[in-house]
Amino acid sequence: MSVLVDKSTRVVVQGITGKEGAFHAARCKEYGTHVVGGVTPGKGGTTHDGFPVWNTVGEAVAKEGATCALIFVPPAAAADAIMESAAAGVPLVICITEGIPVADMVRAKHFVASTASRLIGPNCPGVITPDQAKVGIMPGHIHKLGDVGVLSRSGTLTYEVVGQLSARNIGQSTCVGIGGDPVNGTSFVDVLRLFNDDPDTRAIMMIGEIGGTAEEEAAAFIKASVKKPVVGFICGQTAPPGRRMGHAGAIIAGGKGTAAEKMRVLGDAGVTVVKSPADMGATVAKVIGK
Amino acid sequence: MKIHEYQAKALLREFGVAVPKGEVADTPAQAREIAQRLGGKVVVKAQIHAGGRGKGGGIKLADDPASAERAAGQVLGMMLKTPQTPPEGIKVRKVLVEEASAIERELYLSITLDRARATHVVMASQAGGMEIEEVAAQTPDKILREWTHPALGLGDFQGRRLAFGLGFAGDQLKQAVPLIRNLFAVYLAKDCSLAEINPLVVTRDGRVFALDAKLNFDDNALYRHGDIVGLRDIHEEDPLDVEASKYGLNYIKLDGNVGCMVNGAGLAMATMDIVKLAGGEPANFLDVGGGASPEQIENAFRILSSDPSVKAVFINVFGGILRVDRLAEGIIAAVRKLGLKLPVVLRAEGTNVEQGKKMLADSGLALTMATDMADGAKKAVAFAKGQKA
Repeated sequence: MSVLVDKSTRVVVQGITGKEGAFHAARCKEYGTHVVGGVTPGKGGTTHDGFPVWNTVGEAVAKEGATCALIFVPPAAAADAIMESAAAGVPLVICITEGIPVADMVRAKHFVASTASRLIGPNCPGVITPDQAKVGIMPGHIHKLGDVGVLSRSGTLTYEVVGQLSARNIGQSTCVGIGGDPVNGTSFVDVLRLFNDDPDTRAIMMIGEIGGTAEEEAAAFIKASVKKPVVGFICGQTAPPGRRMGHAGAIIAGGKGTAAEKMRVLGDAGVTVVKSPADMGATVAKVIGK
Repeated sequence: MKIHEYQAKALLREFGVAVPKGEVADTPAQAREIAQRLGGKVVVKAQIHAGGRGKGGGIKLADDPASAERAAGQVLGMMLKTPQTPPEGIKVRKVLVEEASAIERELYLSITLDRARATHVVMASQAGGMEIEEVAAQTPDKILREWTHPALGLGDFQGRRLAFGLGFAGDQLKQAVPLIRNLFAVYLAKDCSLAEINPLVVTRDGRVFALDAKLNFDDNALYRHGDIVGLRDIHEEDPLDVEASKYGLNYIKLDGNVGCMVNGAGLAMATMDIVKLAGGEPANFLDVGGGASPEQIENAFRILSSDPSVKAVFINVFGGILRVDRLAEGIIAAVRKLGLKLPVVLRAEGTNVEQGKKMLADSGLALTMATDMADGAKKAVAFAKGQKA
């Protein structure tokens, strides 16, 4: 049916009394997501826009059986918020926050790995399974239920491809934003594995970008294990080396992480690589014969 | 964020990483005084952020205070060109005057993030003075690596392994192990993204120290390092980049003539790509961010259009958190204030797009609307080339 989130997902929003947290908790609920409430330390026992507020994630788990944490906590405290949810046994932790120091994420990722939790992000748009659950900041109305799995390091570029797919009447099984930071919880490979095993995902659209080697690792995994058609796009083909292109992770350093190299490796792995971002939807349509 | 060598060395000294004796000078006369204090031969080193300074004539050896003054006179104020600077070079405003040493061995030592392993890695090589990328490409087995524990940091046993691997023994080993440990301490304490000593040297008289030093910092962590923020030298940055950073905009100036204004880093990169595919050249990367306010949009538009090389503007927005009506509000305000001197192509989708488009239509501004990304890029490139879209 989908991966990561569905109708049974029970979301607790960390940082629900902040501007972004409150705004998006309401949008997720409107979409039909089961938002059980939020956490803001020191504001426990109150309500915010009709949502109950707790002091700790542990309370949300004990009282409401939260299965997913959605984090809007400011960067200085976000890594700690991630660890709090993992320590409370929340199976899925999705961190939207942009701008978390790298050293904090190194520790948080290590900590999460010692628990049974999965972290998505940070610096990501979240996860949506159309018509079931929207756990993130993406505009829900552009999505359409279907069988193409979408995964991406970018937020708005994901909306772009989803818009192109939905306009062609091609729906999505689940869309996963893994985030634009150099250290993130869930990799392309992790999500590819989920889509590969998901009986209702027929094809996969993957959007990578310059910097790091996550796309190269994805290519190796696709070549070895993925049985479904994959369409790939890499942004930053024209980015100059040595400059951080907005995302902390999007930087060509020491001649490594170029778009050309990533496109070549993905092509070698059997991925249909799209050159122009305007052709992503049309290429998926062609690949799935629609 | 980057800092100068002299600033990096001051930080290293504070953390117990051995560096040569030296001081920074703004004038040739100061350079002479410093050389006098140091006594003996000195090196006069241009302080700019780019590497490759020696090849560009930015590093000079001086036998005595008088020649140090002459060398500083030549270097200060020059437009230093290296493979890493813009073609016109960077103006030298300060020189570092240091004791010159007789060098026996040049080694390499650095710490950075290993993204694949999600932890910090200490790298060392006996091939000092070379670009580490070259060493990595040609003789990868010559690079030693120790991955630090995410919580426990760098073990002394790891420091020893590196030091032995670099060929240290005896008294030099006793200098090298703490040097490695202390370099990791400064890297961690100051949230560095890179701490690089190239070369790490052994002198003929058996001393081990950092002959050169480069510290880069994680921009996301600067909020907790006021001391580091104070070391920023805006002369080293493009004025438009500096202006943009005041308003929390991610802006990078490039060489083309199609100004791009986009929300989200990925879409901003993809927009540059599609401008290029349409036969044009992007003038910049500009991500106004997810939750840009109308004021930020207005400033973004102003900064973009103040670049004299921009001949057309392409606004490409897929509204998520950034609602298209807010974008429209910002654009209308900016154009009312600044006038519309350039052709502007707008492509907008997503949250509140109908409302935003109506506001723009009602405003009477002569914007060119695009149906999608490819259409927008095509029209903007045509305008930039002086054609009608």
